Amino acid sequence: METVVFLISAAVILSGALGVILSNNPVHSALFMVQTLFGVAVLFVLLEATFLAAIQVIVYAGAIVILFVFVITLLGVDRAEDLRVEPISGQRPLAVVLGVSIFGIILTVLIAAVGSPTVIQEANIPIGDAADNTKLLGETLFSKQVFSVELTALLLTVAVVGAVVLSTRPKGLLISTLEEQGDDVLDDDLEETGKE
Amino acid sequence: MIITTTWYLSLSAVLFSIGATGLLVRRNPLIMFMCIELMLNAVNITFVSIGSHLNDLGGQLAVFFVLVVAAAEVVVGLALVVAIMRRRSRANADDLKILGG
Repeated sequence: METVVFLISAAVILSGALGVILSNNPVHSALFMVQTLFGVAVLFVLLEATFLAAIQVIVYAGAIVILFVFVITLLGVDRAEDLRVEPISGQRPLAVVLGVSIFGIILTVLIAAVGSPTVIQEANIPIGDAADNTKLLGETLFSKQVFSVELTALLLTVAVVGAVVLSTRPKGLLISTLEEQGDDVLDDDLEETGKE
Repeated sequence: MIITTTWYLSLSAVLFSIGATGLLVRRNPLIMFMCIELMLNAVNITFVSIGSHLNDLGGQLAVFFVLVVAAAEVVVGLALVVAIMRRRSRANADDLKILGG
């Protein structure tokens, strides 16, 4: 049973990943990424990491992909990129060669690591029952790892402030740039500036 | 056929390589971000499967933090893309060579 579930979700994950990098339309890429993320969530359930499976679906598929799709709608689909054209000659074969070598290196290292497991026994927190997974994770996060959780909060705050700063329109922006582009936005911008 | 940890690790290695190759090939910044997400997911599979192999909760804790970092990275990255697109009509990786280097 586990074998069947693993093989199916592996096929789902890999076909989704290939779809992400091979589709011309960014919206299709985002949808293929949802497919991959759901496959990974199934693997998490299989590995008895039930809380992470839920978080994977909620945060990744629910929030991050929505953010991607939102930005794609905001900016318009860039159809300029045609995958049949190769802008720098020789780039793709080189990229594939690099990808295959990365695969080889990672696989060697990981399999060597599984062969000789090292775990510091004092720091080891046993996983326990799948039913207790969420409880155990929460207890560990807010006792042993509480400093990391605080740092995470700081990181999220910095990210939100950074996003707001980056997306604020500077005052007296660039009417020349807008004119060069012949943008429809120009008229609205002029009205806004007049009001100010 | 029994699924061992090695199977999970091989799957995550394949997923990571696909992400890396896509990052090198594609030049739309949104798709490049998606490839980074694929690579992060591959790392997450590795963390969870090795954690389950060693019966250690540390792997799942690490994934928790990776998720937070991924969310923060996407927020800042997409804000950058929007800020660039506001000044110029297209934002290919090639168009940004004016950044220097």
